[in-house]
Amino acid sequence: MGTTASQLPKESLSEYQELTFLTKQEILLAHRRFTELLEGDERNHPNPRVPMDAILTLTELKSNPFKKRICQVFSTSENRDGSLTFEDFLDLLSAFSDSATLEIKSHYAFRIFDFDDDGTLDYGDLEKLVNCLTGETADTRLSSEEMRQLISNILDESDIDKDGTVNLSEFQHVISRSPDFVSSFKIVL
Amino acid sequence: MAHNVNFDLSHPRVEAGLESPADEEGVHDSFSQLIAEESQKEGPSDAIELQYQQRNPEDKDRDNVAYLSPSENRRWRIGSDKTGEEDKGRQTDSLLKDSWSSATLKILSSMPSRTIGRSRGAIISQYYNRTAELRRRTQRRASIKDFSRSARPSIRGYGVEVDTTDSAEKKQERLIQNLQNLSAVDRVRLLKEMPLNLSEKKSLRRLTLQMTKQTRSSSNLRCCSYLKFHIILALRHSWYNCLSFLHSLHLWQMPLKRVSGRFGSGVLSYFLFLKTLLFFNMFLFLVLGSFLVVPQAVYPPEQLENRKSFTGLELFTGGGYFANTLLYYGYYSNHTLHSCSKNNISSPPKPECDSKSLSYNMPLAYFFTIGLSFFVTCIILVYSMSKSFGQSFRIDKSNGMLAMKVFCSWDFKVIKRSSVRLLSENIRTQLKELLGEAHHRHIRSTISDKLVRLVMHGLGWILCIGATAGCVAVIYYFSDYMHKEQLKSSQNDSGDPELLKEASLLALPVLVSFINLMLPILFQFTAWMEKYNSPSLRTFVSLSRNLILKVSVLGVLCFHWLKRVAGSADNNKAFKCWESFVGQELYRFLIIDFIFTLLATLFGELLWRSFSDKVLKRNRRPGFDIAKNVLDLIYGQTLAWLGLLFAPLLPAVQILKLLLLFYIKMSSVMMNCQAPSRAYRVSQMTTIFITLLCFPSFLGASVCVTYTMWRLPSSESCGPFRGNKTMIQAGKQRIVELVKENPNLYFLAEAHTYLVENPLVLFVGATIFLIVIYFQSQVVDGQRKIIALLQEQIENEGEDKKFLITRLQSVHERKRTPARNLTSQVSLWNDRLV
Repeated sequence: MGTTASQLPKESLSEYQELTFLTKQEILLAHRRFTELLEGDERNHPNPRVPMDAILTLTELKSNPFKKRICQVFSTSENRDGSLTFEDFLDLLSAFSDSATLEIKSHYAFRIFDFDDDGTLDYGDLEKLVNCLTGETADTRLSSEEMRQLISNILDESDIDKDGTVNLSEFQHVISRSPDFVSSFKIVL
Repeated sequence: MAHNVNFDLSHPRVEAGLESPADEEGVHDSFSQLIAEESQKEGPSDAIELQYQQRNPEDKDRDNVAYLSPSENRRWRIGSDKTGEEDKGRQTDSLLKDSWSSATLKILSSMPSRTIGRSRGAIISQYYNRTAELRRRTQRRASIKDFSRSARPSIRGYGVEVDTTDSAEKKQERLIQNLQNLSAVDRVRLLKEMPLNLSEKKSLRRLTLQMTKQTRSSSNLRCCSYLKFHIILALRHSWYNCLSFLHSLHLWQMPLKRVSGRFGSGVLSYFLFLKTLLFFNMFLFLVLGSFLVVPQAVYPPEQLENRKSFTGLELFTGGGYFANTLLYYGYYSNHTLHSCSKNNISSPPKPECDSKSLSYNMPLAYFFTIGLSFFVTCIILVYSMSKSFGQSFRIDKSNGMLAMKVFCSWDFKVIKRSSVRLLSENIRTQLKELLGEAHHRHIRSTISDKLVRLVMHGLGWILCIGATAGCVAVIYYFSDYMHKEQLKSSQNDSGDPELLKEASLLALPVLVSFINLMLPILFQFTAWMEKYNSPSLRTFVSLSRNLILKVSVLGVLCFHWLKRVAGSADNNKAFKCWESFVGQELYRFLIIDFIFTLLATLFGELLWRSFSDKVLKRNRRPGFDIAKNVLDLIYGQTLAWLGLLFAPLLPAVQILKLLLLFYIKMSSVMMNCQAPSRAYRVSQMTTIFITLLCFPSFLGASVCVTYTMWRLPSSESCGPFRGNKTMIQAGKQRIVELVKENPNLYFLAEAHTYLVENPLVLFVGATIFLIVIYFQSQVVDGQRKIIALLQEQIENEGEDKKFLITRLQSVHERKRTPARNLTSQVSLWNDRLV
């Protein structure tokens, strides 16, 4: 890591420390892992952007069924291709870190589970979510009858205003009932 | 957060029919298509435009509209059919009709409850309101009379700044203004908690600081506030540095990450529990070491007996070479240590030493250090127990687990592919079970089935309790026998070699550890025989059986030590220093327990794995029994706490044991076990373990220690309390002496008499405590009722929403049909003219 462009300036480091939930060591480690993902010539770029395929090679994300959605949610690229800059990467780690609040985690979890990005979890979103949870192959999925029953039960339990979808507040209400969520919604480099 | 939704149906655009009837193709049946269309259009769209959309074109960029497969044409008939059947009397229906017009869909898609999840403008609005509230809380509260009556009384509490015509930039300006007026701590916290991306947070922060700097430079700062400002900045900087240093000392971070990556949060909780115990012991070691061990080590007492030579057996028995060392109670002197009389310890100090030398009252120090360490441990335990309980306790009784399971059960820490597959399998099984339960809840089992199950459970319990009682009786009689043997051998001074005598001391610990190892296997076999309905019931039953075993074993051992061994102190020279003997016993128990755990891990897990791989040729490896291992840890920690009074260096032994245990268990788990195939509710189990650590374990140890200090006569020839009736009396005597020497400590003696010895204080304190608990439980009940009411209210609001949308749709349709007729007539005319 020879060039200075690939090292983090001190003011940025303290700024990131103030604005995210990460500690200094975690930010430096993230910077190191991020620059490892870059190609050689891109390292001198002022604000490099790593394509989604490279991000998905990280061991922490490789086997996660939600890996694509995670990249898409945190990406700020214009053409929505899931590529991440270093700051997007820090956002990702901050939301998944130990000290992030329940509110931040539930907000981003909602956005990750909202597969069609319309601001609510409707039938299609829930179906895709359950398929991600149970596995992608045909023999691990639930039957359509079970899926229908499951999703109607979920909507019965969590849709308070009975509009057929689960919006952010209802989602956060369900999440607040589970004490395990904060510890399971974690990714550590 | 109210966007100005334009419900004005006499809007000129509608009249002009820009919502052209040709747009009937634009009758969307899914939001995704609609939003995809919206993002492709340049500039404002043709249909009814919501004003905020016009003014905030940049919001479109923030809406994540990319990954929508246009082929997604799901028809949500299911929801609408179901609710249609149920609410026959109702006019409204769920908002899932598949023939909404595009305008209605646009309105629906820009509702605040749906945009908050995805639009930047909405997030900024929400946080603007939040900072306004925060500011208002610090300022004067606006009284309710100032608010005009409105149709929605719920707006009243919000300061009615219904500034709905503001654009995003203005909102952002106001947000920055609000942020400036907050304190720095609040500002940093609020910025961290905003779910915006980092570049926007940076710009917000920069703007806030800029304006802050401007306001600061404009006003004249007095010199002291300037200094204060810089001091606060420097303190904050050093605090951040300190925190990051503490974080970098993360013990065992990499191994823990590997374990959680492969096995998930359940097995991780065992290792975290081990780490917690390690920190407790380190704290105890520091306190006892600095106050007891170090002073005594610097000024050692003179040796009365000859030191025995070191043979290897001492490491196991704790006697021999270790007998008269710092390790045990008997070594500590019972008078004040003076720094000048280093050579002449046992004789009273020379008069010329008194004025200038540092004196250290060893008995008092011993008494208070033990008391202090127990007290602080108690406080830490109760605090962590209540925190853990508070996290896992939920006020409203949940009516179902399915939604929670689906949303919360994915463990993002699991990294390995095979573990991910196992986790998916787990979740699938649980979901199927829960679905099946919901279905079959009404199917009742027959009476004979229930009776058979009851009989099996009864038999199982009788077997387990009987086995426990039998083993406890064996320990009782064997310890009695060993005690009598030792009395006889010391009286006769028989010609048995020393080594054999020392080794025979190991018999009792070996027996106890053997029982601790074998009986849980019997319990597991019994549990396998009785079939349990739910896995959580099985876990609880096995946990309680193991607990009963360990509590009874420890109980009979305490009885043996405190009644028999202490009682025979007078008439036997072997037990002249019974506290040291008890300390040695506890040391032996700790070491033998560790050795047995080692052997059990080695043979149990390793051999079982090779057996099942080679002989049975199964693919499944043994699972890691978390509950049993945690109970073993708690048992070891109870022994360490019991031994604190008798062997002050026992925490050091426990620290070494825990360190070795960590690495052994880690490698064993990685090599031999697989991820658990059953669900494991981590936070509930962690709460239970901390409660077990506090209640039977710590409470039992402190009761035993209190009993020892209060009732048992201390031995005459060794230890810091020699020659007195009990330790408490020795402590009191020392305090009286201290007060005599320094009269200004008189208030301490008075406080002691009136507070500690007065039973009324205890009674009053307990009553107040109980009253507070009762009030809190009433508060929780009240909150449950409020939650039920609020849910009803939200349902009603949802009905309002549906009603409005359907009426809007129907009015639209009515208006559109004449317009369509009009344009069709116009086109007909055109055709005729041409």
